[in-house]
Amino acid sequence: MLVAFGSLITQILHVALILAAAPVIVGVVRWLKARLMGRRGPHLLQPWRDLLKLLRKRPVLAESASLVSSVAPYLAFGATALAAALIPSFAQGMLLAPMADLVLIGGLLALARVALALNGHDAGTPFGGMGAAREMTFAVFAEPALLVCVMVFAVLAGGSNIDAIGAALREGAMGMRVSLLFAGLALVGVMLAENARIPVDNPATHLELTMVHEAMLLEASGRHLAVWEMQAALKLTLWFALLAAIFLPFGTAPAGSGPLAWAIGLGLWVVKMALLAFGLAFFESAVAKMRVFRVPDFLGAALLLALLAAALIFVSTGLA
Amino acid sequence: MLTLLGLCFLALLGLAVWGGSGRMPRAMFLGCAACMAGLGLAGGLALAGGELPPTPLPIGPPWAPSLIALDALSAWFLLILALVGLPASLFAAASPPPPAPVARAEGAAFPLFLAGMAAVIVAADGFSLLLGFEAMSLASWGLIAARHPRGPGRRTARLYLGFAIFSGLCLIAGFALLAPAGLGFAAIRTAPPEGWRAGMVLVLVLLGAGSKIGLAPFHVWLPLAHPAAATPASALMSGAMVKVALYVMLRMLMDLSGPAQPLWWGLPLVAVGAATALIGALRANLEQDIKAALACSTLENMGLMVVGLGLALVFRGADLRPLAALALGAVLLHALNHAGFKSLLFLCAGAVASLAGSRDPDRLGGLIHRMPWVAGCAMLGAASAAALPPFSGFASEWLLLQSLIQGWRVAEMSVQLLAAATLAVAGMAIGLAAAAMVRFLGLVFLGRPRTPMAAGARDATGLMRAALLIPAAASALLAVLAAPMLALGGGAIRVLLGANAHAPVTGFDLVLGEVGARYAPWAVAGLLALAVVLIAFAVRRRSKLEPTRGPAWDGGFMPPPAHLPFGDPLSQVSAAGLGQPIRRSLGAIALGIVERHEVAPPGSALPAALRVEAEDRGFTHVLQPLTRLRRTLSREAELLRNLTLRVYLSISFGTLVVLLALVALLERG
Repeated sequence: MLVAFGSLITQILHVALILAAAPVIVGVVRWLKARLMGRRGPHLLQPWRDLLKLLRKRPVLAESASLVSSVAPYLAFGATALAAALIPSFAQGMLLAPMADLVLIGGLLALARVALALNGHDAGTPFGGMGAAREMTFAVFAEPALLVCVMVFAVLAGGSNIDAIGAALREGAMGMRVSLLFAGLALVGVMLAENARIPVDNPATHLELTMVHEAMLLEASGRHLAVWEMQAALKLTLWFALLAAIFLPFGTAPAGSGPLAWAIGLGLWVVKMALLAFGLAFFESAVAKMRVFRVPDFLGAALLLALLAAALIFVSTGLA
Repeated sequence: MLTLLGLCFLALLGLAVWGGSGRMPRAMFLGCAACMAGLGLAGGLALAGGELPPTPLPIGPPWAPSLIALDALSAWFLLILALVGLPASLFAAASPPPPAPVARAEGAAFPLFLAGMAAVIVAADGFSLLLGFEAMSLASWGLIAARHPRGPGRRTARLYLGFAIFSGLCLIAGFALLAPAGLGFAAIRTAPPEGWRAGMVLVLVLLGAGSKIGLAPFHVWLPLAHPAAATPASALMSGAMVKVALYVMLRMLMDLSGPAQPLWWGLPLVAVGAATALIGALRANLEQDIKAALACSTLENMGLMVVGLGLALVFRGADLRPLAALALGAVLLHALNHAGFKSLLFLCAGAVASLAGSRDPDRLGGLIHRMPWVAGCAMLGAASAAALPPFSGFASEWLLLQSLIQGWRVAEMSVQLLAAATLAVAGMAIGLAAAAMVRFLGLVFLGRPRTPMAAGARDATGLMRAALLIPAAASALLAVLAAPMLALGGGAIRVLLGANAHAPVTGFDLVLGEVGARYAPWAVAGLLALAVVLIAFAVRRRSKLEPTRGPAWDGGFMPPPAHLPFGDPLSQVSAAGLGQPIRRSLGAIALGIVERHEVAPPGSALPAALRVEAEDRGFTHVLQPLTRLRRTLSREAELLRNLTLRVYLSISFGTLVVLLALVALLERG
């Protein structure tokens, strides 16, 4: 009973935490990038302020827009929020942990992506259609890389449940493995593509011929744009949390632990997020954006790394 | 049960005669729908426990009576047939009848097509099965040929007939190898094939049933033939006929060939299925005709099902029964889900074609405003086809991906590596399917109309709307109730894997035994709805202003002038443009693509042009070499006509000696 209550409390706290943290993490990444480039950078809460400002504004819908433009943002945000609710942050054994299957998380992200692409098509503008075509093309390469990484983790932990994978890797019985390194690199590549970061897309530009993510949002305004921005921030947080839950599972409160362990887990989670944000900001400052038609090569490399990780783990675990 | 089946078959044959007379086609198609409902009822009853043991019929070939039976596997596929056949018949009744000779040919072939498919499924001996298979092939050829008396459509019909004859011959040879003890299934099971005979059965089934399913490299006919028929026939071919071929494959490879076949049996199926899935999904993104794109998506789904079938064979050979049940559950559930959403999508495409006047996405667009019912149904079907949770396609593809992920449990390095590579290919195919579905919805239903015809389209009403709503409701139900449905089909898994196998189901969840992976469709659907409602509520509390309408901003592009009420059609993305990123990055896998860029010379006012020509590699690498070979052989054979008598005599003598030697060899061995 107590355990069930604890799992419910952690689930609620977790959802509140990621929803509150998502825009802040975007703010941190922007601030770090600005500092690395020698600028002062905006306030860390600037994304939150932007969201609240957008919510006050009256949305304008294109004359050719249909119901899709009004429904898609909520659907995409809902799917992303559900996926984010499944990935442990400070504690394991949350209420939804039995459902936290990595294939399902990939499916929910695909649902959000399709909603975004349909939103791009809805007004019938050339930018939106172009962005939608590119976004779906990138996913064609990102999804298999993610799935093969899931297979690598399943070999280590038995199944594809992220809670179980995090627990198995935290026990440390696996040790450091080369295959985990490769899988990690592959997942980072997928993360960059999924979140439309440099070198795949530039989150800071509007109206460039190379843009992908922003092109689908050109017609969104007011609260619809606010929901889309929040969804993008939540997706970045989700991917950070996913990388942290698998590759940095240290200190996460195990299932059935008390508030003290939660507090330690929370503190360490903040540190992990800050580390990942710094890593992303540093990487984005150091590399240039690549041409759109080079992106399949980039993601193909991620897929190859994932396959290499799988092959290595088959050899090294001696399952054959 | 036997009475119900017999009545349905007799009614279908009677309806074929009626349809051939051309009188009251609408009532005839409604009769077909009633027969389909009856067959579906029979399937449901059999799944619920009322199986029909092998029963001899008073008719049959001279040597033995025909047998029919309805075990759980047959019942499952009968349900699939009914799920496609019922809405397709209703849609046929709702469509305006074609001119008289076409209507008579179609009216005769349509019930025969349904009866042929049902006969394959309920047959319990090789002869009846092959008879049903040939009736199905010929009737479906008739449905294509009736619409196309000449021109490219006729060539398509001829290509289809060629492949149908080829697959029929391969299956006849396969049964000949299976049945030294007799053609009845019970007799075949007592003496399963071994050694080279078993290997030949595998090859022949792969060629015979595989070319009907559309497995690479024998897939070239499918994207041409399926869309060439009238819409209800297309839906039946893409939703049901390929499943009937899958049933034949399951029956011959997993049931009749016995449980003792080795592990490697599954490997060719996995490899060929993965290749088919990738090619089909790729081509679905590049087709210019919405029905052809849907037919290509059928290739993708059938490829994934064959991957699952191969995995089930591998796991069974490795003695991992629970995983074999998992892979087989994925195949069965996906066959049912695909029947639901593909018939829905084909009927939506047919409604668009008849009400908006075109199948070319570059002549459609913005139909969500004019046809909200069709658009809603198409979105549900597309979300299922794109394997998005919580829609129906995701449940079965989740099972399939999980069984691929568990492929490492087979203690063979080659199988593990193949599983990893297939997982990557399957993931790519699923991503491509999602891209194809977004392309379909975006071009046809979203955006602005591209032609006045599309701008003036009317929504589906009456019987046509009912025909769309039946598979839509089935898909929605299957999305939430995937697990109980698969549990109902558990008998089919037991037929193929032995009495102690059971479906990977606990209550309302799909569950992987001891591994702990779990997918609860009802929970995902409920939580998703809850999240969306909560978010919308919270956002609307802070943001109360109602939206206004304005011209699309479009990055600052000028709003269209008044004489272009839906804007400039050319400033919308086109079908080719939408497929371009995928064509450039992956297209060369499936298609031989030639791009020519013609730049106008300096000073000329001519526009530059980019010409892209694409041909399926199945044509360039399989069919064309075969044609060349045939031509060479016939040229060589011509040479035989000008020989002297002496050479003729020596050829006859040599042949005789070789035949006698062969007889002697066979007698000894």
